[in-house]
Amino acid sequence: MRRKPERRQEPRLSVRDLLSEAAAGLMARPARVALTVLGTVIGVAALVATLGLSKTAGSQIVGRFSTVAATDVVITPVPGALGGSQAATAIPWDAEARLQRLNGVAAAGTLSEVDVRGALVRSVPINDPLGQTEVQLPIRAASVGLWRAVRARLATGRFPDEGHSARGNRAVVLGANAARRLGITNLQQQPAVYIGDRLYQVSGLLKSVERQPSLLGSITIPNGTARREFGLAAPASVQVETDIGAVEVVVRQAPTALNPDAPQLLRVAAPPDPETLRAGVESDLNALFLLLGAVSLLVGALGIANVTLVSVLERVGEIGLRRALGAARRHIASQFLIESAVMGLLGGILGTALGVLVVVAVSASRTWTPVLDPWVPLAAPLVGGLIGLISGTYPALRAAALEPVEALRAGT
Amino acid sequence: MPEPSPEPETLSSPLTPMDGRPDTPGRPVLELRGLSRTYGSEPPVEALREVDLLVYPGDWLAVVGPSGSGKSTLLNILGCLDRPTAGAYLIDGIDVAGLSESERTAERARSIGFVFQAFHLLPHRTAVENVMLAEMYAGGERTGRRERAIAALERVGMAHRRDFLPTRLSGGEQQRVAIARALLGAPRLLLCDEPTGNLDSASTESLMLLFDALARQGLTLIVVTHDEGVAAHARRIVDIVDGRLNEVTR
Repeated sequence: MRRKPERRQEPRLSVRDLLSEAAAGLMARPARVALTVLGTVIGVAALVATLGLSKTAGSQIVGRFSTVAATDVVITPVPGALGGSQAATAIPWDAEARLQRLNGVAAAGTLSEVDVRGALVRSVPINDPLGQTEVQLPIRAASVGLWRAVRARLATGRFPDEGHSARGNRAVVLGANAARRLGITNLQQQPAVYIGDRLYQVSGLLKSVERQPSLLGSITIPNGTARREFGLAAPASVQVETDIGAVEVVVRQAPTALNPDAPQLLRVAAPPDPETLRAGVESDLNALFLLLGAVSLLVGALGIANVTLVSVLERVGEIGLRRALGAARRHIASQFLIESAVMGLLGGILGTALGVLVVVAVSASRTWTPVLDPWVPLAAPLVGGLIGLISGTYPALRAAALEPVEALRAGT
Repeated sequence: MPEPSPEPETLSSPLTPMDGRPDTPGRPVLELRGLSRTYGSEPPVEALREVDLLVYPGDWLAVVGPSGSGKSTLLNILGCLDRPTAGAYLIDGIDVAGLSESERTAERARSIGFVFQAFHLLPHRTAVENVMLAEMYAGGERTGRRERAIAALERVGMAHRRDFLPTRLSGGEQQRVAIARALLGAPRLLLCDEPTGNLDSASTESLMLLFDALARQGLTLIVVTHDEGVAAHARRIVDIVDGRLNEVTR
């Protein structure tokens, strides 16, 4: 409470007065303000929509990957590696057990092509005179764990177990397509198939697999059986299902676990890291559209600068009057700065709303889930305000530099 | 304690309604001593040469002179919009010639009310809002500002038009609003630059009556004018010729 007639006193202006003066200055020319703000609206909307859409698309990709593909690891010997025969037997028979010991491995099993030297397959005992009785079908050998690793589901029957494999039992699993070709629809009559001239009991009919879909068209026998009957030298590949997010760990450790002597003989096929993939998608999209947004923001900034400058020139008389009434230069400067900052902020808010709408609309049309970083709608209006502040700086300085005498004379 | 200091409170108390010469009041509101203003062009222009002037509270002073005589320069210096190159300018005994720009700005807000030929009303604000503008930079409280502005409009007979935009007012009415704006905040001095320059004769006459009334209330008025009729209303007339000031005795 010291508003004494003390002479040497700085001129002052309350913040509320300053804000209401700036608001009144803007309200006086609503149409011009609306048009000026448009550039910033478009720029901020482009930025928000870009960030939102790339995030949304990125999440979409991760969503697809996280189910099957993101946990899929396949290990094979390096083809034609040095020491040929060594490479061909790089995967040991106990691969399954070795991998199960690793953290992050949910299921693992070996899968190999079996060379049956051209042997044909036919089914007994149903004789269908019209159907093909002898067909050529791929024969594969699997370890017990494979079925879990490929997420196989049986239509009927059961998978061969360790015992079958150890004893070399002639038990097979028929893929759905293979069964159809052989005319086998159920196991009620304990069907069997001939591979070449050997009879194999059908123990299970596959309904579906989520990996290695060729299993559906194959006849699969236990590893032990393949070794005994067809002389399979070593498993040809290992199928692994990892825990979610464990791909990287498994990829790093599996070759050593399988073949500590020569891990370099093994090649690991793994899905790309979803984060990397998402980042890739985002940066591709972002680079283009962020540039677009930046350009429109620049245009918006120039618009605000231009209009504020015009407004300063138009209001020279008003500036002179305010100076005569006791406004300091900084009061004049801050009034115009606030006017331009408010225009920018207004553009930022409207642009953010528009950008969010675009993200939601595009997501709706693609049945995506719209995803937006929470800081985007919070920061975007501030970006607009900052743009306004920067563009208003030069006009505000021009206004503050006016000499009151000149301003009063010029502005009538 | 917001108690005003007892010292130079001459204006608010209308105790000096003398009709004639400034013989009574002891202390001048403003004083010019050997004031000169030279513009640094080539060759230098001496707009004011060694001007001496005493203005007492309640003076109603007309400044006349041909174009280019230095009237505007004098007005700018009196209004703290410009600084003299030599001499002293005292308001209430304090030299403001040597003040910094921001101090002169504060002095304008506190001590001086301006009235311009072109009114300088903001076109998008109502009459009362235009008047309220005057307090904004003087550091006045926001509360009651509107009431004080209406009171000022009352003084110039414009309270009934308080919510009109300037564009809907006649020239004379606009100038009255501008005077109300200048009156707000009880300035030591009302500086008028050709206040009737844009007015017809009827409005001019009515404005003169207002000036007479304000002067009777003790307001100190300095009016720069071309108009002989306006000058005739003043209690004192000073004439500027070639930057030299002469009191005209009637």
